[in-house]
Amino acid sequence: MASNNYDVIVIGAGVVGSLVARALSRYKLRILLIEKESDVGAGTTAANSAIVHAGYDPVPGSLKATLNVAGNRLWDALASDLDFAFDRRGDYVVATGEQEIPHLRALVERGRRNGVLGLTIISGDEMRHREPHINPGVSAALFAATGGICDPFAITVAAAENAVMNGVTLLLETAFEEFVIERERIVAVKTTRGTFGCRWAVNAAGLFSDEVMHHAGVRPEFTITPRRGEYLVLDKAEITIETVLFPVPTPVSKGIVVAATTHGNIVIGPTAHEIDDRQDTEVTRIGLEQVWQGTAKLVPGLDRRHVIATFAGLRAAGNARCETPGVDYDHDFVVEIPQNVAGFVNLGGIESPGLTSAPAIAERVVQMLKDAGERLEERPDWNPVRPARPRFRDLSRQEQAQLVRRDPRYGRIVCRCETVMEGEIVAEIHAPIPARTYDALKRRTWLGTGRCQGAFDTPRVVSILARELGLSPLEVTKKGPGSELLVRPTKSGAGMVGRE
Amino acid sequence: MAKRTVDVAVIGSGPGGLAAAIAAKKEGAGNVLVVERDVEMGGILLQCIHHGFGTEILGADLPGPAYAQRFEQEAISLGVETLLDTMVLDITPTRQIVAASESSGLLEVQARSIVLAMGCRERTRAQITLPGARPAGVYTAGMAQRFVNVEGFVPGRRIVILGSGDIGMIMARRLTFEGAKVARVVEIMPFLSGLMRNYVQCLLDFDIPLQLGHTISRIIGRRRVEAVEVVQVDDQWRPVPGTEEIIPCDTLLLSVGLIPENELSRNVGVALDPVTGGPYVDERFETTMPGIFAAGNVVHVYDLVDWVTEAGYVAGKHAARFAAGDRAGQLDYVRLEAGENVRYVVPHVLTRDQLPGESIKLQMRARQPIEKPVWVELRDGEKRLIRRAERYARPGEMLTLVLPERSYEDVRQAETLTVNVLER
Ligand SMILES: Cc1cc2nc3c(=O)[nH]c(=O)nc-3n(C[C@H](O)[C@H](O)[C@H](O)COP(=O)(O)OP(=O)(O)OC[C@H]3O[C@@H](n4cnc5c(N)ncnc54)[C@H](O)[C@@H]3O)c2cc1C
Ligand SMILES: Cc1cc2nc3c(=O)[nH]c(=O)nc-3n(C[C@H](O)[C@H](O)[C@H](O)COP(=O)(O)OP(=O)(O)OC[C@H]3O[C@@H](n4cnc5c(N)ncnc54)[C@H](O)[C@@H]3O)c2cc1C
Repeated sequence: MASNNYDVIVIGAGVVGSLVARALSRYKLRILLIEKESDVGAGTTAANSAIVHAGYDPVPGSLKATLNVAGNRLWDALASDLDFAFDRRGDYVVATGEQEIPHLRALVERGRRNGVLGLTIISGDEMRHREPHINPGVSAALFAATGGICDPFAITVAAAENAVMNGVTLLLETAFEEFVIERERIVAVKTTRGTFGCRWAVNAAGLFSDEVMHHAGVRPEFTITPRRGEYLVLDKAEITIETVLFPVPTPVSKGIVVAATTHGNIVIGPTAHEIDDRQDTEVTRIGLEQVWQGTAKLVPGLDRRHVIATFAGLRAAGNARCETPGVDYDHDFVVEIPQNVAGFVNLGGIESPGLTSAPAIAERVVQMLKDAGERLEERPDWNPVRPARPRFRDLSRQEQAQLVRRDPRYGRIVCRCETVMEGEIVAEIHAPIPARTYDALKRRTWLGTGRCQGAFDTPRVVSILARELGLSPLEVTKKGPGSELLVRPTKSGAGMVGRE
Repeated sequence: MAKRTVDVAVIGSGPGGLAAAIAAKKEGAGNVLVVERDVEMGGILLQCIHHGFGTEILGADLPGPAYAQRFEQEAISLGVETLLDTMVLDITPTRQIVAASESSGLLEVQARSIVLAMGCRERTRAQITLPGARPAGVYTAGMAQRFVNVEGFVPGRRIVILGSGDIGMIMARRLTFEGAKVARVVEIMPFLSGLMRNYVQCLLDFDIPLQLGHTISRIIGRRRVEAVEVVQVDDQWRPVPGTEEIIPCDTLLLSVGLIPENELSRNVGVALDPVTGGPYVDERFETTMPGIFAAGNVVHVYDLVDWVTEAGYVAGKHAARFAAGDRAGQLDYVRLEAGENVRYVVPHVLTRDQLPGESIKLQMRARQPIEKPVWVELRDGEKRLIRRAERYARPGEMLTLVLPERSYEDVRQAETLTVNVLER
């Protein structure tokens, strides 16, 4: 039973849970990170605007405001330790018509109160000069120099990997079921893979954070209302956008954004649509139409023929009242060690700017544990650095040649559109967090995301996954059990024409 | 990096590339190299194990791999060199090729002339813009063909096919043989997009329903496809509300057309025709970049493999001549335009003074089906040069007009020639 006991169990391996696990891995603690899906970062973290917000938007005095601004400052150091794509290229709020200009001034004032540096208002001419494809009717814009873009999945996988490198145990396909509570203290977590003892449990379950805290008997009135946001991704085409463009916000939403991605594409969206089902990430005809209409206000020339992907993410919108006296706000983050049960760190309602804030949330969790009397002793061998594995397409010809000489599998193409080689795929399958599904490989290498949408690589990837993991191709899945790609061998039997 | 020099480099070993290599050799080219990213030669034919290949030029009805094998053997016996399992990553305007392979690493080939023969890939636009969920079980028909015919696995039990392209219809039959149930083929256009022969032999004979003027409006299923929603469309291709129907299935195959594969061509600066998706070519299949030729589905999507082979012969022959330094200064062109009811015509231009000593095939696709006798004609303004009678015109079946040598004088006089497909 001893091996089933941990100091800390983190529930949910989104960007928040993964960064919390990594931050705690610095100390002499036995840590377990559990995730119900077949990969880390497969929830909301995989489907959002990927913007590292400056912090002029949240209500001053709220936790959202504090953690956004604190989180934003941590990204450069994290990106250099964990080697993921992050680019602080600034963002803009774009006003069209004179009547929208006062809104920009209000945002600058809000940003000032939140402690955001580097906010300036630029003229319409200057904006047109910086982003030539912008709506010619732009009257002025707010420029936030500290805004940035990132690959949210990459930071998550990097953080979780670094945690694992530093001794954290990660269990995928392991769902939280309930807590074992003795004398008002959490002593164990029941999961679909057995019960694990713990002194602390951290709720980082995103859209399910309300259910998890209710199991702990905390905040029975707290509920998550999923709000879906739909997006389109456009190929690098004639029109390029180098930064992030927001419209002037309305009381309910930040509006439809046009943003560059770290991969060189353009993402447009999101819509905002309340739904009942916390797993319903369908995209809809109506939603995509709304995205196009909203986009026209910012960059009218974008062309529907350049769409290369659509997706939807769910905001974990909560109803927690801001605890700062005098601040009237009902949708704040929950980041707390509650009074009514011991051994519980509660993170809930982490909607936007949750990605930006995640590094600060992780630091705050460490601080809260210290404040709760936990003796956190640093491990002398803690290594905060996680080098990324090479991406063939990003290397010079010379580096490519070297890589192929070292490992010939880097000479064999698997995805022709994105130029992903077999060596890269094999490396991901045997990484500290093994990629075991098609989607896990896709998110790590971008295979299958180009023009042919996997038509070329899928059969090849299936056979590599089967070979490396010792599975039958029939057992290879897109995203875990129930998503098998093939149903049975042909009548004449598998592998008629032997290839591999 | 390993380096070498060749006279003619051919990229791709499908029927187009093999024919080009053969013709180049026969025309006297010294070394001819075929670079192929797959581990075998033959291109897409290797996964087309059904019959129907070679009826026009071999007078035989062969399965795809057998057709490919004939040309592969001929190429090898003529001394064509091959690099298999080798992907061309890049071409430069001075005709340097960079390729990667597991066995020889990164290598560089300097060619005197190049034939692009990369074939085509399947369109995925419909897949990208289909609303709904993103579960396992959505495949292009060609991917399913490879799973079944090459890897030996069946991708699903109950199948709906979007698009009435040839590969989709052929896979409907193939999967039925494998015990799967093909519930329906759904086509957004009011007419078939593939060959009538495939409709009869692959759908009608197996009682597989074809629904024209319909599309798929939603994919349902979280981990694996559970159903699709089919809806009727109006003449603007917009869904007609109230006509939605849910069809349970575990697999959706897409057969919504093929598109020439031209990433390499685009990167080197070859001009591409937005209609065909392939390079602009003259009657010798030379692209807009001197010494870079193109043949087969990389130029435009052919309906029959025989015409691909013929095109490969032409491109290979002229690539060999170019490599030998046989090039008379600046070329002057006569433009060829797609006129009435013609979506496109290939070649796009004819060389005014270099017309070869043999007849030239003009190949085109009709815009709209005409299910009665038609004329296919070539005009210089008011003057009709040639015409040919056909029993019908269908977008799914290519039309050919042969330009005989006796018309060359008329061509040389012209600025622009137009092809039309008209009711007789
Ligand atoms: C449309 C949209 C746009 C956004 N744009 C931005 C932006 O531009 N910038 C920004 O800063 N933020 C943005 N956000 C917010 C940001 O995406 C989220 O705040 C962040 O991803 C939340 O991370 P998380 O780890 O809390 O949640 P998640 O990524 O959802 O992680 C929670 C994990 O817990 C797992 N889990 C749930 N239940 C269980 C269980 N019972 N057992 C085990 N595991 C479980 C889930 O599978 C999941 O992997 C956006 C959000 C949306 C929806
Ligand atoms: C999935 C599919 C199924 C088809 N089924 C039929 C059918 O049933 N009946 C029919 O008549 N026609 C069919 N066709 C049409 C068929 O493609 C043509 O008739 C013919 O095979 C085209 O020949 P090709 O030489 O132009 O191209 P292909 O046969 O496609 O050959 C192109 C070759 O180029 C190689 N290549 C591409 N890029 C590179 C690179 N960068 N480096 C190295 N090598 C490269 C490819 O691996 C391939 O071997 C099908 C097409 C597709 C896409």
